[in-house]
Formats: sequence, C-alpha cells, structure tokens
Amino acid sequence: MTQTTIPIKKAPSEPPQPVTTGQTIRLHVLRCNPADPASDAHLQTFELEQTDGMTLFIALSEIREKHDPSLQFDFVCRAGICGSCAMVINGRPGLACRTLTKNVGPDVTLAPLPVFELIGDLSVNTGKWMRAMSERLEAWLHMKQPKVDLTRIEERMEPELAQKIYEQDRCIECGCCVAACGTAQMRKDFVGAVGLNRIGRFRLDPRDARADSDYYELVGDDDGIFGCMSLLACHDVCPKELPLESQIAFLRRRMVSMGFK
Amino acid sequence: MKIVYTEVLVIGGGLAGLRVAIAAKRRGHEAIILSLVPPKRSHSKAAQGGMQASLGNVIKGQGDNEDVHFEDTVRGSDWGADQDVVRMFVNTAPKAVRELAAWGVPWSRVQQGDRVVVINGQNVTITERAEAHGLVAQRDFGGTKKWRTCYVADGTGHAMLQAVGDRAIAESIPVLERTEALALIHDGGRCHGAVVRDLITGALTAYVAKATAITTGGAGRLYRVTTNAVICEGIGHAIALETGVAVLGNMEAVQFHPTGIFPAGILVTEGCRGDGGLLKDGDGHRFMPDYEPEKKELASRDVVSRRMEEHIAKGKGVKSKYGDHLWLDITLLGEQHIKRNLREVFEICHYFLGVDPTKDMIAVRPAQHYTMGGVRTNHTGESPTLEGLFAAGEAACWDMHGFNRLGGNSVAETVVAGMIVGEYIADFCDKSENDASIPTGLVRDFLQREQAKLDGILLGSGSEDPSAIRVRMQEIMTAKVGIFRRGTDLEAAVDELQKLIVRSQSMGVRSRAPGVNQELVTAYRTKRMLKLALSVAYGALMRTESRGAHFRQDHPRRNDADWLKRTLVTWKSESDTLPTLAYESLDVKRMELPPGWRGYGAKDYTDHPETAARQAEVDATKEKYSDRFERQHALMPYDHLLPKPVRGRNERIDERFPERGSSPGEGTPESTFAWESE
Repeated sequence: MTQTTIPIKKAPSEPPQPVTTGQTIRLHVLRCNPADPASDAHLQTFELEQTDGMTLFIALSEIREKHDPSLQFDFVCRAGICGSCAMVINGRPGLACRTLTKNVGPDVTLAPLPVFELIGDLSVNTGKWMRAMSERLEAWLHMKQPKVDLTRIEERMEPELAQKIYEQDRCIECGCCVAACGTAQMRKDFVGAVGLNRIGRFRLDPRDARADSDYYELVGDDDGIFGCMSLLACHDVCPKELPLESQIAFLRRRMVSMGFK
Repeated sequence: MKIVYTEVLVIGGGLAGLRVAIAAKRRGHEAIILSLVPPKRSHSKAAQGGMQASLGNVIKGQGDNEDVHFEDTVRGSDWGADQDVVRMFVNTAPKAVRELAAWGVPWSRVQQGDRVVVINGQNVTITERAEAHGLVAQRDFGGTKKWRTCYVADGTGHAMLQAVGDRAIAESIPVLERTEALALIHDGGRCHGAVVRDLITGALTAYVAKATAITTGGAGRLYRVTTNAVICEGIGHAIALETGVAVLGNMEAVQFHPTGIFPAGILVTEGCRGDGGLLKDGDGHRFMPDYEPEKKELASRDVVSRRMEEHIAKGKGVKSKYGDHLWLDITLLGEQHIKRNLREVFEICHYFLGVDPTKDMIAVRPAQHYTMGGVRTNHTGESPTLEGLFAAGEAACWDMHGFNRLGGNSVAETVVAGMIVGEYIADFCDKSENDASIPTGLVRDFLQREQAKLDGILLGSGSEDPSAIRVRMQEIMTAKVGIFRRGTDLEAAVDELQKLIVRSQSMGVRSRAPGVNQELVTAYRTKRMLKLALSVAYGALMRTESRGAHFRQDHPRRNDADWLKRTLVTWKSESDTLPTLAYESLDVKRMELPPGWRGYGAKDYTDHPETAARQAEVDATKEKYSDRFERQHALMPYDHLLPKPVRGRNERIDERFPERGSSPGEGTPESTFAWESE
C-alpha cells in the first residue's frame, strides 16, 4: 500500500481501459476534513487489487476497513436506489455504489460533490440541502380536498397518468444534477433540476390543488426556472435517467406564459 | 450537559417513524425524529414489489377482503402471529393505501379490458372490469390466495417514502439527520428519552421525551449475506435490550429472501415471481413444482428459500467460483413489462451483474432479508415492561408476522403501525400523568455513562479490531444460524459469539477523531450487535421445533404442543454473555384461525391439545352467521383494540357503501379521514 500525496490534476479525458481481475487499481481520493482546521485538501492514492464484480462501494469499504479508518464517505442501500453515495467519479457525478471499478479504472479520481456542504472527504450534506429546497418549494402534494374519507373507494386516475407521475417521482435526490449544474455554481439559492422536477411532478398531478400561478410564485425567478441556462448537464448525469431536458423546457414555457399574464 | 425536551422522540426516520411522528403532530404533540441518514434514504425505500391491502380491484383479486388477508397472514406466520394484531392490521391496510393515494403516491392503476399476464409459465388473457378502471391495481405475491399487492411499478417503497417524507416536511416535523441514539434513558420502569450522538461532531445530547418510539427497522447486518442496507444493524433493538427491562420477542425468527442476486445479496423483488418469473436450476429445469405443487414459486418465502437450498444441496445448483446458485428467469415476461414494471430489477441486473434480464437469467440465492423479531409491545405499540417506550415497524414485535412474514406485508406494516401506534402515542401524551418529570441527575448519569463508554474505546488501550470481530460475527450467523439450523451448529455459534463478546470488551481504534469516525461507530455498534446475534442464536438453539423461517434439521416438525409460544429475551446485566430467555404462550382458545396446515410446505406437525376443541367451536360459530362481519365478531372481536380514528369498514367495488350523503343507518361505517395539513 502506497499512500502518497500528489497534486490535484484534471480528470483523465481518455475513456478508461477495462480492468481485469487481479490487476492493481489506484483510487485517487480528494481528502479534506473541515473538522480539522490543520488539514489541507489533497489527493491521496490508495492501491488495491481488482476483484470480480468490485464496485466503488466495495473498494472504498475495503480501504476504510484495512488501510485508513478515517476515510469519510456515505453508503446506505449499496443498490443504486437511495441516492446517498453520489460523488464525482473521474470528473463526472454518479452513484459510487453501482459503479464497477473495472469500468472506470485502473486510475480512478474521486471527489465530493460540489455545491453541497462538505462534511469530510467524499461525504457531503445533501440531506440538509434537499430539506431546505423542499421547504422552499413546498414540495409536497397540496391536497385538493382538505379531507378524504379513507373508508371509501379511492379516487380514480388514468393508468397512463399514474405512470407518467411515477416517471417524475423516481428522483432519488442524490444531488448529481445540482453538482453538474452551471447555474448552481453561481447562484447558491438555485433550486436545481431536482427542484424543478419536483414542481413539474406536482403540476402533472390532478390531486394537487395548486395552479400555475402558485408555481410561478415558487419558481418564476432566477433562482427557479429562469436561472436555468439550458446547459443540461443535469440530464446527462441523472442516474435515474429522468427526462429533465423536456421537463425543464416544458416548465419554462408554462412559467413564461404565466409571466406575461 | 445539553438537554432537549420534546413530547415525542422518534428514533428512526423510515416509513414507520415518519408516520408515527405525523400522527402525533396532528394530535398537537411536538415530535422530533432522529435518523442516521436523510429520511428519504432509509431502507424503507428498498421495498420494491408492493404493499398488501385487500382492495380487490383487479379481477384476480375479486373476492379479496380482510378475512382472506387475515388467513394468509396467519398461515404465513405459521401461527406465530398475534391474531388480534393481524386483524387490526388487515382492517387498516386498505385505509393506509388510500391515505397514501391522497398524499400523492402514484399507485399503478387498473386498465379496463383484456391484458396478457404470465401465470404458471403460460400466457393467459384476463379481462379487467370497467368499474375497476383507474382504481389502484394489485399484483400477485407469495403466500396469498388473491392478487393483493398494491404497487408503484417496482419502486413502491420509494414512492411511499417520497409521499410520507414530503408529508413530514409539510407538517414541519424536524428530522435530525446523522444522529444516533446510544442509550434509552429510564429509571427501571419508565422510559424518558435517549442519549443521542451527533455523527458529525460526536457531541452527546440528552433528548427527554414523554413518549419514545423505536422505529429503526431490521438487523440484517448481523449476517454476512443480506439484502439489507448497511444501516440495518438493529441498534434500536439493541438499545431496548440494553435497558435490561424492555423485552425482545422471537429474535430467532429471521427471514431469508429467495432472490438475492448472487453473490452481492442485493434484492430483486418478489414481484418478479408474482408477475410470472420462474426459478430454474443448473439444468435449466423449473424445480419448484416438484417440491410445492400447490403454490410453486409463490409459496411463502421461508418455504421457497428452503426448497432452493435443498435443491442446491442435491447438487442441482449452478457452479460458480463464489459457490453455487440458481437462476431466476423473467425473460418470459417480455421486454416491455420488465422495463416498465420491473425497471429497478433491470437496472440492478445491468449495473451489478452486467446482464440484460429481458434476455438473460439472473443468478440468485437466498439471502437474509427480514427481522421478524423486535421490541415486544402490546397492540398499542407500547412495551409492557417499560412504560413510555413504544416501537413500530420492523423494529417491533407486536406481533404481526410470527415466524414468517409475507411479501408485501412489511411495507404495509410500516404505515399501518405508524397510523395505529401514532394515535396511541398521542393518547399517551394527552394524559397529564404522563408528563415528563425526570431528575436531571438521572439524565446526567446516562450521559456520563455513554461518554465513558466512548472514551474507553477512543482513548483506551484495547487492541481488538472492531471490524474483524464484526466480520467474524457475521460469518458465524450466516454459516450456523441460517436457513437450516442444527443443535450442534447452534451450540458452536453461541459458544463462539460469547467469546466474541468477551473480546469486544477490549476493542481499540486507530483513529481517535471524536466526530466522524466510522471505526468508533463500528466498535460501539458491534458490541450491541453481538448481544442481538446471541439473542438470535440462543433463541434458535432453545427452540427445539421448526416453525416458519426457523427450521431445525434435528427437529423438523412444528410442535404446537410444546412451542406455540413466543420467545422473550432480556439482557439482565452488562456482565452477562448470554441473554435470559422466557416464553409467552399463545392462547389457542381465543384464535379465530386455530393452527393447521399452511396450504404449502410441510404437512406434518404436532397439534396443540386445545386445537381440536377450538376448531370445533370455530366451525360451529361459522355455521351460525352468514354475514362475514357478524361471524368475525363472534369469533374474535377486535374493533375495540383499534384507535377510534382508524376504525371502520372498507368499501370495495364488490362491497359498496350506501351513497354519500344518505342518512346513516345500520351498517353505515364510521369514517377515517386524511387531512390536509394546517
């Protein structure tokens, strides 16, 4: 095991060569511990042996168990469904748990998601950001009927519409879209594709009491839909492949027409 | 000394905890939720396949009702469940689905007309009724007589957690993310809250509450191979056990899910088999009908998992360098169905196995999946031995699942228990005699004790490696306390786990950081997990019969005469290396469904001496009533056990209520409502 400090360099631009089992892989991890004022941000390299089916979850867990117990990162489901483990992998935000090392190695650079508050190393506080965004956008269904009798047969919904709402409900709030967003780098209060997608989801839902004028109050400004510069990296990096491009375009059109009213 | 006062302290931010907090908040009681992770990242999210509730909207669910759901659940439990609680659950589940619909869950809906489904390996055309169009749809799941599992594609838990998590935000309920309860504060009879560690700064705070609820989910990480998330370490169970007063029930009842992907153990949903997927062996042969002609792939999980392991033991598995496995074949369901209704499965296969399940079979083998055991409570969710301590969901044993849980019943239990227990917690907080009156000295003692334990690990001179002890514990549990259990193995497991407990007294850490420090966390959690592992292993050793998921090769029969009882576990003293076991008999004379054959699995069992008499009584009572509600009431009245706000019958297409606005008369139900927040 070598642990050398090397200067931060740009992520490799060439697509990585596939790694074979038994080969040595090197994880270059951006280390930074805000809890320790004496520590400096630096890249640290860890070497380990590629095993079959190795994911970044397995690799990082092995490093922490065997080599460096102070390494910080977050995993929960390790199955690509909870959104805890988003990080910048070779320059691109993605879910570490479902990233096979053989597809990104033998040299992998790992950094924490930008924009979010850094807890340490690869661990960022996405939960805090998401809760604040949800509160600001009132990102919950505003019931049309204030009171629904639960003993009675439920209200009907067209199967196709239910499917469409679910498509937008699949967001796991991992933060990849925010980390990849140009506007989010410049405007700290920008709600990101995750926020705009939530608004789009409630707009689509006939159970929600709100009208476009209400949504305009929430996202009709530069921290909302008009802050988006249409760079659409959010669409490219979304691990759930949500149709963010068309969602944002559609929402913008609706909000523009509200603005003219 | 930092003390925070609240009315309700909810430990665990998954579906059960969120729903408990919402119920309490709506009744005017301040609630704080502690969560290891942001609540929407909880393991509730991993419930893919669906939530059981007897709505009976789809044609294959026609005729379904609470009675059928009740019988399926009790049979599934191998008669280990508390039948009152099962009745409370099945009556509330439809209301829970409808509440979630009102809160925005995009349940998959019924499309009227013909559709082709796969049943028993064959394409079959079924016709959905026009009157069901647009209502919540159900799919087939294991161990059920009717199609009862309501679903949102295969992201059911995710969609539920979105809606309930959103509701908690709408109700302005604070969730303290990245915090962990280390100990319950109590005086031997009354629980007063918890000592809580901030996982970022490492600081300890005492949270003093009128009512404390444990909703921390399962303990899958006691095992090496599990479908559970890495946070499912049973710490809620453990801090209850460590009071020495609260009791855990049936810890030996551990479920293994048939289809963990091999070797990672990540779950692929039971919906795969429910929707028509088949299990195949190394020869490509569909083997389940050979063992279980009645239910085939859709027998209960304990039965299917055992049959799979039995088949592998016969040499019929697929050989790989990690060991043997079997195949799950869903190719026959077609690409469109898989990419729409089983998309998470598609993604998991793609990313983790590198296979395309529309074309390739999926390597699977049973993996630890669910903890039926939990903090023993009565039907209100309160501990019978430690006042003011409540539990709900997987962390609780109130006891809905007995020795085996049916698929789709756990995610249903989270919200149903949240609704019921949340109301009872609110009732508890309403009473002025339950106001918190606690000496600060007691709080200080608990805080100091926990700080001393942490300092002992951080600053002590121990040399045992926490990770190594933990891995060894997991290996013992998977190898010796797994699907097939034998007395000799269990004795060896108990013996070695006791040695690990002794070794765990001298654990040391390399990293002395007081804040974020995973090694420290592993150390203090491993100590607690070892107590749970021993509770499981020792309970399994003592239970000399087979019931549900607990299977003893040396005692293969279910034995109602001696073992129709619940194991109760306490940990009396910190110096103990074994739990103290006691037993609580189930009352056959009160059972609505007396013990019998489950309809799948082993047919031989030893009857309880009172079973025949009770069965005759039940049969005679059934003769007397044609109305199913009157019949049920005569057999085992339970309505009074439900909190008033969730009582009442459930309307179905085939059981219509009188028109709205008609004058209330006989048979008109009480109503339960979903309310918009203030």
